[in-house]
Amino acid sequence: MHTFLILVAISCIFPFIWMINSSLKPNSEFLSDYGFRLPHKIMWKNYYIAFCEGKLGIYFLNSIIYTFVSVVGIVLVASLAGYSLSRLQFRGKNFIFHLFLAAMMIPTPAGFVPLYVLLKAIGLLNTRIGYCLAMINVGLSLSIYLYKTFFDNLPRDLEDAARIDGCNRLRIWWHVILPLAKPATAVVVIFNALNVWNEFVLALVIFSNRNLMPLQVGLKEFASSPVGLTNYTALLAGLTIASLPIIIIYLIMQKHIIKGITAGALVG
Amino acid sequence: MRYSLKEEIKNFSFVLPALSIFFFFYIIPFIYTFFLALHQGSGLSSLKFVGLENFKRILSPQGTAIIVIFIGGILVVFSFWFKKKIKNRFLKIVKTASIIMGIICIIYGIKELGEVLSSGWVIDKEWWASVGRSFYITLWALTFQNFLAFALALCVDKAIRTGYIYRAIFFLLPVISEIIFGLLIRSLLLPYPGVLAHFLKKLGLENLVRDWLNDPRYALTTLAFVHCWRGFGWGFVILLAGLQTIPQTLYEAARIDGAGAWQRFIKITLPLMLPVIVLVVILTILGTVQVIGLPMVLTRGGPAGKTTVSVLRIYNDLKNYHAGYASCEGIVLGIILITLSFTLIKISNRLKKV
Repeated sequence: MHTFLILVAISCIFPFIWMINSSLKPNSEFLSDYGFRLPHKIMWKNYYIAFCEGKLGIYFLNSIIYTFVSVVGIVLVASLAGYSLSRLQFRGKNFIFHLFLAAMMIPTPAGFVPLYVLLKAIGLLNTRIGYCLAMINVGLSLSIYLYKTFFDNLPRDLEDAARIDGCNRLRIWWHVILPLAKPATAVVVIFNALNVWNEFVLALVIFSNRNLMPLQVGLKEFASSPVGLTNYTALLAGLTIASLPIIIIYLIMQKHIIKGITAGALVG
Repeated sequence: MRYSLKEEIKNFSFVLPALSIFFFFYIIPFIYTFFLALHQGSGLSSLKFVGLENFKRILSPQGTAIIVIFIGGILVVFSFWFKKKIKNRFLKIVKTASIIMGIICIIYGIKELGEVLSSGWVIDKEWWASVGRSFYITLWALTFQNFLAFALALCVDKAIRTGYIYRAIFFLLPVISEIIFGLLIRSLLLPYPGVLAHFLKKLGLENLVRDWLNDPRYALTTLAFVHCWRGFGWGFVILLAGLQTIPQTLYEAARIDGAGAWQRFIKITLPLMLPVIVLVVILTILGTVQVIGLPMVLTRGGPAGKTTVSVLRIYNDLKNYHAGYASCEGIVLGIILITLSFTLIKISNRLKKV
């Protein structure tokens, strides 16, 4: 039984080790030993090629921008909405909540088709803000659900104390609710950051300007460019640049990440 | 406690940002999909109204007519069922409207069917082939991927000390985006430089070597395998979590009563894991049918379109300025998926009662 586990584990890890190993050797050496031997001399040129010629530096920066903006946006928007759906009263409250829930349950396989036509008509196609808003929308339903259920279970004491002290709604939210919601925010951040970072289809549809593309679409572009098609080690270097940050963050925080993502998935 | 209108507006303003984004990026596109499906062309200016033409191409004219009759029938039956609940005027209007629309649908459908019954049966075979490919991959996912996940979860469940290491390793793959993983495996699988082929030759398994990505016979199965390999981490984590909620005392009691390992599995593990298994099945189906990133980078739609799965087909149609038709395909696929998940949930509810 243990051999089975170890075999599968090695098969999972090995491609990545092979990837890093091959990216450190020149293409000619790679072609002769298939990446299975250690490099004669460690070469960083592939990374340089991927970063500059392959534009991976730009793609990487774009991904960071989009992930940061989208996640901050989702946390703010969803916590506001979750708080109001949980603790504040207004007409249509139930209807709106069920609307968000329904959006989670209904699969929309071709969601990007009308989005493309409409964004093109408005002129938000191929813009950073259009993509960020679309990304916020993608994570909205789940995040609102997470926040609302969290707030439902939150004791009202601190909130009532703040209200007695004369805070208005917004200040209660900013100074009391948001700090208390740290566990929920952690899940929301992890889940959405991963989703935005790995997102591919919407970015593919929305962006035609290479300089605005996030990492995943950029990788696809790089892989089909002349450099990527012939220089295998440069491509692997590019893949390493793209995956190493995720791997490192994952290894450090994997317990939280797994908890966060499965919490998100089980809700669905 | 009645709130004043001013209070209510202030409360509502908290949900306003979320609602606006949701409205513009989900509700409007959702409604627009149906609008688009009745048009051809792409871009707001070049749309041409064609009625049910797109549906006729996907479902064949006869099929469309039959479905229209069916929808009409459902509307009429549904509105009569509604009879008991007419409390306010709004519902009364809805009921009358649906009866009228139902009858119109039935009449239109029968008329269409009459016109079309004698002509040949034309259907978009490529589209349904692509749907079939999506479901082929899903079949592999339901069997290979989930069996592997379950087997690994069972093993790791017993290995308490080192379990978390395996969990971390196995969940790494789904965390890596499908693009990165796809390009990495593609580098291994390509016939030139032929890394995997070389590896197999060294192991003496030369007869296993194929042109995995470019041979029309193997490309789709290769894609399915790569997808399963990447995806088993998901099922693994969820199944493991489920397994770890089963109290050990049940197993102890069974062992004392003399039950063997296989019996313990069938009588204790499986029944208690049923809800989790159903959840994993539904998630697998919904997730795998809509896969698009992996096919795009692994095989680019494959040798002669042999790996063009359903959503990839929709994307290609969009790129070729057939947005209306792409919307229509999306609607058909969405309805298939909704029906499937609905049925599965109903079945699982019935199983739960047993």
